[in-house]
Amino acid sequence: MKASRREVLKAAALAGGGLSLGWQLSGAKASVPGALSAFVIIGADGSIRITAHQPEIGQGVKTSFPMMIAEELDVDWNQVTVEQAPGNRAVYGVQLAGGSSATPTQFERMRRLGASARAMLIAAAAKAWNVPAAEITTGSAMLHHKASGRSARYAEMAEAAASVTPPKPESLALKDPAQFKILGRRIPGVDNRKVVTGAPLFGIDARPPGLMYAAFAKSPVFGGKLKSANKAAALAVPGVKALFDIAERRDLKTEIDVGLPGIEVLPQGIAVIATNSWAALRGRDALAAEWEGGDAAFQSSEAWEAAATRAWADGAQKPAYINHGDAPAKMAGATRRVKADYRYPFLSHAALEPINATAHVKDGKAELWLSTQTPEDARRMVALALGIKVEDVTLHLMRSGGGFGRRLMNDFAVEAAVIAKAAGVPVKLQWDRGQDFAHDWLRPAGWHRLEAGLDANGNIIAWHDHFVSFGKDGVLNPTAVIDASLFPSGVIRDYRADLTVLPFASTLGWLRAPINNAFGFVTQGFIDECAAAVGRDPLEYRRTLLGTPRAIPIAEEFSGETKQDAKGTPYNTGRMRGVLDKAAAMAGWGRKLPARRGMGIAFHFSHLGYFANVVEASVAADGSVTVHGIWVAADIGKHIVNLSGAENQVQGSVIDALGAAMGQRISFADGAVEQKNYGDFPLARMNEAPPVEVAFLSTDYPTTGLGEPAYPSVAPALAAAIFQATGKRLRQLPFDTELLKA
Amino acid sequence: MKLNINGKPVEVAAEPDMPLLWALRDVLGMTGTKFGCGASFCGACTVQLDGEPIRSCQTPVSAVGTGKITTIEGLSASAWGRKLQDAWVALDVPQCGYCQAGQLLAAEALLRTTPKPSDADIDAAMSGNLCRCATYTRIRAAIKQAAVS
Ligand code: FES
Ligand code: FES
Repeated sequence: MKASRREVLKAAALAGGGLSLGWQLSGAKASVPGALSAFVIIGADGSIRITAHQPEIGQGVKTSFPMMIAEELDVDWNQVTVEQAPGNRAVYGVQLAGGSSATPTQFERMRRLGASARAMLIAAAAKAWNVPAAEITTGSAMLHHKASGRSARYAEMAEAAASVTPPKPESLALKDPAQFKILGRRIPGVDNRKVVTGAPLFGIDARPPGLMYAAFAKSPVFGGKLKSANKAAALAVPGVKALFDIAERRDLKTEIDVGLPGIEVLPQGIAVIATNSWAALRGRDALAAEWEGGDAAFQSSEAWEAAATRAWADGAQKPAYINHGDAPAKMAGATRRVKADYRYPFLSHAALEPINATAHVKDGKAELWLSTQTPEDARRMVALALGIKVEDVTLHLMRSGGGFGRRLMNDFAVEAAVIAKAAGVPVKLQWDRGQDFAHDWLRPAGWHRLEAGLDANGNIIAWHDHFVSFGKDGVLNPTAVIDASLFPSGVIRDYRADLTVLPFASTLGWLRAPINNAFGFVTQGFIDECAAAVGRDPLEYRRTLLGTPRAIPIAEEFSGETKQDAKGTPYNTGRMRGVLDKAAAMAGWGRKLPARRGMGIAFHFSHLGYFANVVEASVAADGSVTVHGIWVAADIGKHIVNLSGAENQVQGSVIDALGAAMGQRISFADGAVEQKNYGDFPLARMNEAPPVEVAFLSTDYPTTGLGEPAYPSVAPALAAAIFQATGKRLRQLPFDTELLKA
Repeated sequence: MKLNINGKPVEVAAEPDMPLLWALRDVLGMTGTKFGCGASFCGACTVQLDGEPIRSCQTPVSAVGTGKITTIEGLSASAWGRKLQDAWVALDVPQCGYCQAGQLLAAEALLRTTPKPSDADIDAAMSGNLCRCATYTRIRAAIKQAAVS
């Protein structure tokens, strides 16, 4: 445990990628007897404590990561207690819930952490018994030496093991997966009992002593300035204790893992401090604050729609933004052309736990209680805003009542810290649902004018897209970038995309399966149209398009501004066909259906995961849509860490995507978001949730994550099912069921 | 003001028009009941008043009177409540878990009046409770499991 500061930093930098393990112990833990690393503590009482270091946002990492450690530590799952780590990268390595990145990058690392602790226990026993370490076996937190008949509990060797020099990670032998006792099983979430008894777990539940409650009045238009406010009325609300003017800042630029345009801005506003959240929010309303101007004052969904269609007619700002082969030439020689326009709206994350943050700032130090997906970024942002050191920001990492990408951004943590500093007492900042919608980091809207060239057999030989989305000064926002690695680019060798960038001045962000969640709909929807145009079966058509199973490398030969972003992922057409075939088999593809009932199929690859699904839906005479079943096939590699959590994630993603397709849309008028609550932004409900059957293929590839990749193929499969049922093609999200009336 | 919460009399120092949600969470420190929308859309704030599921965000404390309030912290006192909690844990219903207190209070009221619910009964009783993580498949399965346990 004598890692130098340098080594610690190196480990932190590597964590997530390589073999660095987080041996280093924080000051607090170093004094804990039986601490074999920052992740494994074995008490003399027999307790086996495993640290969960990732942010738990509902994706199950608080269970699945400790499972990986426990497996190689060779203990039984029921012997383990899981403890949540605070946010501290120097000790735990990267802590970040996003991009379905945790499992692929840390599966090995977590296992090696468990194996390392086990090796230390074996070394201690070997010394105590004076036998070769190689002769010692383990199981259920016991050490055995067969030849001498000796056995000991881990607990008996823990103290000695804690002073063993940790072995080199690469020297550790990991279990043969055939021997797994924990990984691959169905293990219920470690917090389930707390959840069902209402124990405090979430950021919103934090109640440090002396807590006061805050609401923050700020402009609904990004960058707007305060015109007037009735402070006397706010102070007259019972329970309201104080008001603080918060000045705008635009200098919060620092190196963070997930930065996006707008994160540097702390909005101007008035903080209302009260004895409870309700009084604070009422006080905020009583201010009846009026605002003027703002960077985003021009924003209007109506104007953008007009601008996008105008761009289609007038020509792209950036022709040939992606350009493989020679699409125009192939198009000219095509036997037939298919054209269609696709559209999708802005989307909000709408996590059920409204944005909140609790902060206490005192004597140049800050303490935070946060539901966040990026705790280290929160520490850095808060340190910058307060002018203190990152080390002086303590972060209690709380369970998130949903993330979906919203809590990758820590704007709320900065607000709470600045308000807490002004107030001088611990403060819980609570946004209401309206603010949660008004100040989200939205999935960008987009428009695609598509044209495909088909050969004499009806197969696609050329693809052309005029893509319109959002950014600043002609440069796409990172959350809208469609790069050249995305299917069907690669399979279709003559592929061209033109680009028009509309100006956007408030905040865009990452939403579950970002980019793919919209692009999957567009691509698969259009391929379905091409199949229909030539009377081919949608499954057979896709299989033919994918061709022989092969890896499609990222094309080198494209031009345009994404060149420097050419960090996409190669994909494998065989794995795409694998999930398509499986989903089709599960659903009974081709089975006879009654009138106005149809089946649609689609697939998508994102976040290293391959997913296909079949949707069966019927459409009533009044246009209303009923989904009868969804069959999902997934290929996320060799191992499913926790079958229970995995299946739950996929079912949830699929129903979430269904809800989005059927009714979710964020729009702007006069610069501000128009939606105020779930009434304007419907989520799927129990009576709309169809049965979802999930199958995981086990393929010989590394294990990857699944918080995201099940989402994108749902909407296009539903659109295809509706087409089969009605002959009507829906090309715009959310679906307008008015168009489906008989 | 005196309220009866989970079978105990409790003194609450709150404005009469304060929603029960905030009295529970901020005044009494009973944070199991959750704030989601503040406007009847989500059901995260569901508690029971004399056995009926209500939206605590829409119920002023003054309207509660001598009615008996059950929150998630008191759910284990009910036999159905315990069966539901066990089914929720065993079938691994929660994802983020934020909606589940409200779901459980709604489900307990359902099973108490309809011990063998059909899918349509479950739809009718549970469709007011949003789950942003969309754990509906498992909520349905857990209600059915609790019903036969
Ligand atoms: S918080 Fe009461 S219904 Fe949503
Ligand atoms: S489990 Fe996350 S909202 Fe229901």
